[in-house]
This record gives sequence, structure tokens and C-alpha cells, in this order.
Amino acid sequence: MRSVVTGLALLLVAAFGGAASAEETGVIKLGAAVSLTGKYSSNGQFTKNGYDLAAKLINEAGGVKVGDKSYRIEIIYYDDESTPARGAQLVERLIQQDGVKFLLGPYSSGLTEAIAPVTEKYGVPMVEANGAAVSLFRKGYRYLFAVLSTTDQYLRAAVDLAAALNEDPSKLRVAMAFENDPFSQDVREGVLEDIVKHGMKVVVDDKLPPELNDMSATLTKAKALRPDLLLISGHDKGAALAVRQMADQRVNVPMVALTHCDSAQVAEKFGAAAEYVLCAAQWASTLKYEDALFGSASDYAALYEATYNHVAPYQAAESSAAVQVFADAFERAGTLEPDAVRDALSQTDMQTFYGPIKFDETGKNVSKPTVLFQIQDGKYVVVYPREFAEGELRWPTPPWSER
Amino acid sequence: MLDNLSLLFEFPPVALDVVLNGLLIGAIFALAAYGMALVWGVLNIVNVVQGELVVLGGYITFVAVQWGVPPLAGLPLSSAVMFCVGWLIYKAVIFRVVDRDIFISILATFGLSILIQQLANAVFGSDVRTVDADLGSIYFLDGMVTLSVVKLLAFVLALGAGAALWFFLGKARLGQAIRATAQNPRAARILGIDTDRVFAATYALNAALCGAAGSLAVMAWTIHPYLGLPYTIRSFMVVVVAGVGNVGAVIAAGLGLGALENVAGFVLGVEFQIAFVFALMVVILVWRSIRAARKRSYLE
Repeated sequence: MRSVVTGLALLLVAAFGGAASAEETGVIKLGAAVSLTGKYSSNGQFTKNGYDLAAKLINEAGGVKVGDKSYRIEIIYYDDESTPARGAQLVERLIQQDGVKFLLGPYSSGLTEAIAPVTEKYGVPMVEANGAAVSLFRKGYRYLFAVLSTTDQYLRAAVDLAAALNEDPSKLRVAMAFENDPFSQDVREGVLEDIVKHGMKVVVDDKLPPELNDMSATLTKAKALRPDLLLISGHDKGAALAVRQMADQRVNVPMVALTHCDSAQVAEKFGAAAEYVLCAAQWASTLKYEDALFGSASDYAALYEATYNHVAPYQAAESSAAVQVFADAFERAGTLEPDAVRDALSQTDMQTFYGPIKFDETGKNVSKPTVLFQIQDGKYVVVYPREFAEGELRWPTPPWSER
Repeated sequence: MLDNLSLLFEFPPVALDVVLNGLLIGAIFALAAYGMALVWGVLNIVNVVQGELVVLGGYITFVAVQWGVPPLAGLPLSSAVMFCVGWLIYKAVIFRVVDRDIFISILATFGLSILIQQLANAVFGSDVRTVDADLGSIYFLDGMVTLSVVKLLAFVLALGAGAALWFFLGKARLGQAIRATAQNPRAARILGIDTDRVFAATYALNAALCGAAGSLAVMAWTIHPYLGLPYTIRSFMVVVVAGVGNVGAVIAAGLGLGALENVAGFVLGVEFQIAFVFALMVVILVWRSIRAARKRSYLE
């Protein structure tokens, strides 16, 4: 009996010893609290998919080379239930109990805002891909880096476009409705700056409540006042309601620009009602960016769709880019010491399939423009910036009676 | 705020549009509020899960339409399925809290509402869902006034349901049993009424009404798992104003609330719409307690 036990023990030792010697690569643990349940669960899942896809590709390509050892990337996830307090708690746990030294961001500005003080306290670098509020970058955080363009940039392009199309921009009248949350109010702030710059007049300026279920009050005003440009931002439900009710109420505005229409899938869900609408986005699969890992933006989109069976949203693309930024910084730092990695991150200057990434001193990516799609014949067609445009802008939007 | 007010006078059709749409929105509130009034009056339970039942009704129509059922057929389907769901909820949870303190039933239904929210989120995702009934809209006064046919349907249905409910409670055997149980459950039991069955039927009927409201809501607007609370608040508000025993008052209060809050949302800004509803509720409650106190002092 005893000999059997010893034999088994020896076998086990041999097996484990063998495994250990076969695997020479180390492991870099990245931590992330993302929203897998709660109100952000779909976008949280996109975030996780993006992280996973990048980690998988990097590992398949031989991992990350730090000094002369290669490392596999492993990501530890927790579900923050879409609540800021829970997110902060989980990040504390990732750092304290799981010994994570590098963090990937959560989904949404609100959660990033809750987590940043914690990562800052422990000196843990965080690269985030889904928190774009301007306020995040006004607090002097040293360990926070964001690959995406800040929120105030989202709809500025639409104001610029409208100004360029009209002979006298100061005659333009703008109606806007923004949800009363940090994201949408940031969008509003950015837009207002440009509206003032062009001397346009704001005729409707509504704040939409978070429990928004009906936009008819705003749209009725727009119908009576006939603005030249209508801007709406209220996450997925805002985009869906705007498109639906504009068609219902036959609101005629020459140019309408929204945020979140791609994640709300307005072209797919509303068909003809969504035509001509402009949508601000961080990224599009038709952009001409590329890198060595994923290839071009459209290669990424194809790979993502093959892996997850749905179209690649920009939330996933930027999340993948965040992992690439970390990998690049590890290699340049040549060590896994958090402060050295932080310094390497601040020197980031790279091209990815998601766009160029270069951080300013506050940690936000300043080299990537936001894009505007227009829904044309049921497709999202990039119309702005001009150098990436796939199609001509269709303007002005014809009145409903002629559509 | 003042420009919004002047807009109403400058463009009278706009004012008409705001009020008419408010009335139609109010019809959907009234539909959900009938059920709440019933449950409150008969079971003495403030059903905090009301809004979630509405949202569930919406999801049932949404899923049915995905399977190829025509949207309008989703309406009776939502009602029927929700009737069964209501019965199940009663048998699982509600019957345990019927005779207890009102605080316990509020806690229990509040717990249920969180459970249903999270289940809906897990099953259907947090995406915003909508169903296009393809009924279009009616336009008049130079297109300035829009009435969507779905909302008109909701209006007619709410009135119809109100009348049917009134008839049912007055004439039908079960309706009379429900009223008897509401007046005095013990006496009703002694007279041979199976009060447990009456309670279950009342709760299931409530769920069926919510199912119809949800089905209309998903066709008129959008739904998502966290939309329950606004419907709960409005139902509560309507019942507080109308009282629990009067079907006609419920529909009047529902329509009135819809019109008032739509006008308030237009004039004060949409961000104050819910605040307005709450403020109105506080005012009504204070006014009621003053009136009750005066009545008491007369009696003394």
C-alpha cells in the first residue's frame, strides 16, 4: 500500500516538474472590473470581449517580451454590477488580494471615476478604454491612461460640418437635448464651445432625465422652432427614442446628429426611419488604420465577428487597443516594475488598428480623431473626417413628406 | 422656461399636441393603475413590483414578435401570460404577506421588483427594446399635431378595460366575491367565499392589466429592464389621487396626470418631469392629511 502511495507521489512530482520545465514563459496578471450584469452589461461584455481577443492574439504570437523572458497575458475579471461603489471595492480586492499590478479600465466614465482614486492610491497603472469624461483628466491622475478621444469631442464634428455647409454659420439655429449625466453633459460642453465660436444660436437646450422614456416634449419644440441642426445624446435609449419618435412625429430638421446609434443599432432596428442620421463614434471598421498584431481595422472587425458572432462595436475595438498599449509599454520598460511601466506608458506613441495612440500629460489620447457616420441605405458610412470618408454626406435631410 | 411657455401661446397647435399626447400617455398609466388599485383595495398590499410587471408584459410582446407573432396579437398574449405569471407570483410570495403588516408586503414586493429587474437583464440583456406595430400616426393641423395610432389604441383600450372592470366588479360572480373580500375578508370567508382564490385571481388580474400596459408601452416607446420604477411611481400616484375603490376616478386621474406631467415636462424642461410628479404627490398627500384632520376635529 505504502509503495503505491509513494509511487503516486513520485508520479505527481514528475508530472508537475515536467510541466514546470516545459513552460518557460511567465505570466503577467492584468485585472479588470467590468460590468457583466446591471445596466451596462451589454457594453461591459463588449469591453471584456475586446480585452480577451487582444490577450489571446498576443499570447498566440508568443506573448510579451520583457527583458529576455516572454510572458503570457492573463486577465482576472470581476463583475462590478454596473455600480461605482462595487467597482472601487473590486479594484481594491484585485490589488490587495489578487496581487494585480496593472489594471484595465471598466466600462463607462462613472465607473472609471470611482476606480481612478484607488489605482492612484496604490500606484497601479491603469489603461482604460471606455471612460471618456473630460473631468477624469482634470484631476491630475498620474497612473490613468485612456486610449479613446474625450467625450467633448463627440459631436463637435457635426457642428463643424454644419458650419462648413452653410454660408453664414452665425445664422444657424441649433436644438439640443442631452441626458443629465456626466457623459452627455461633457458632450454638450464641447458642442457649446464650438457653437459659441461660430456664433450660432441655441433655440432648444433640454436636459433629459436618466429614466427617459419619451422625447416628444423636446421634439415638439424642435418641430415648432425648425432648427438647422439637432443634437441628441442620451446613450442607447436616447438614440433609439430619438430615431423612433422623430419618424413618428415627422420632425423635419436638415441635420440630425446623435451619439450611441451604432451600439443602439438604430439602422438595423429602425430601417428607413434612421436614414440620414449622423452618428458620432470613436472608431469604425472602415478606417484605414493598421498594426502588426490585428492587421487593418477591417481585419479586426472580421476576426471579432468570427469569434463572437456579432459586429464589432467600437467599445470592443478600443478595449483591445488598451491591452496592446500595455503590451507595448511592458516591452519598452523592460521590467514589470509598476512605476517603470507607468513611465513607459506616458511615452507611448504607437499606431494600432484602432488609430494612433499618444498620451498628453493628463493621460488622454490626443492623436486620434472621432468620426461621424451617416446612415445611408441602412449602412453606417463614414462621412467625416474627410480623409477617411467612404461616402459623400447626404445633406440636407429631405422632409418626411418626400421620403 | 418662459420661452417654452410663450411657445405654447405662439403655436397653439403645439399646446394641443402636448396636451393630447399627455392624455394618451396617461391612458397607459391608468391601465397599470387599475391593477394597483385593485390589489391595494383587496389584498391591502402596495404592489411595488407593478412597474416590473409592465416591463415583463413588454418583453413578452417583444419576444412574441421575434417569433413572428403580429404585434397586435402580442397584446392579448402578454395579458394572458402575465395572468399566469401573476398567479404564480401570488402562490410563491404574495399569499405569505397578505395578512401581515403593510411594511412587510412593501419589502417583499420591492424584493420581487429587484429580482425581476435582474432576471430581465440576464435573459434579455440591458439593450433598449422596441416593437414596431407599423400602425403609423395621424397628422393634422399642418402636421403640427401628431397622434400615434398605437397610443390611440392604448387610450381606447384603457377606457374599454375600465368599463369591463367596472362591469366585472359589479355584476360577475367573481367580481362580487372580490368586492366582498375587499370589504371584510373574515366575513367573506364565513359566507363561503374562497378568499385565497379571490386574492390569487385579483393579483393575476392585476398582472394581466400590467401585461397589456407593457405591450402597449413597447409598441409606443421602448423598454429596458430598469424601466419599472417610473410606472410604479405613476400607478402609485394615480391610486393615491383616485382612491382604491373607484374605477372612473382611476382613469380620470391617470389621464390628468399624463396631461399635466407632459405640459410640465414641456414648460419646465424634461429633466423636471419626474420631479413634478413627486412634487404633485407631496402636495396631494399634504392636502389630504389637512382635510382628514379637519374632518376629525369636526367629529370630535
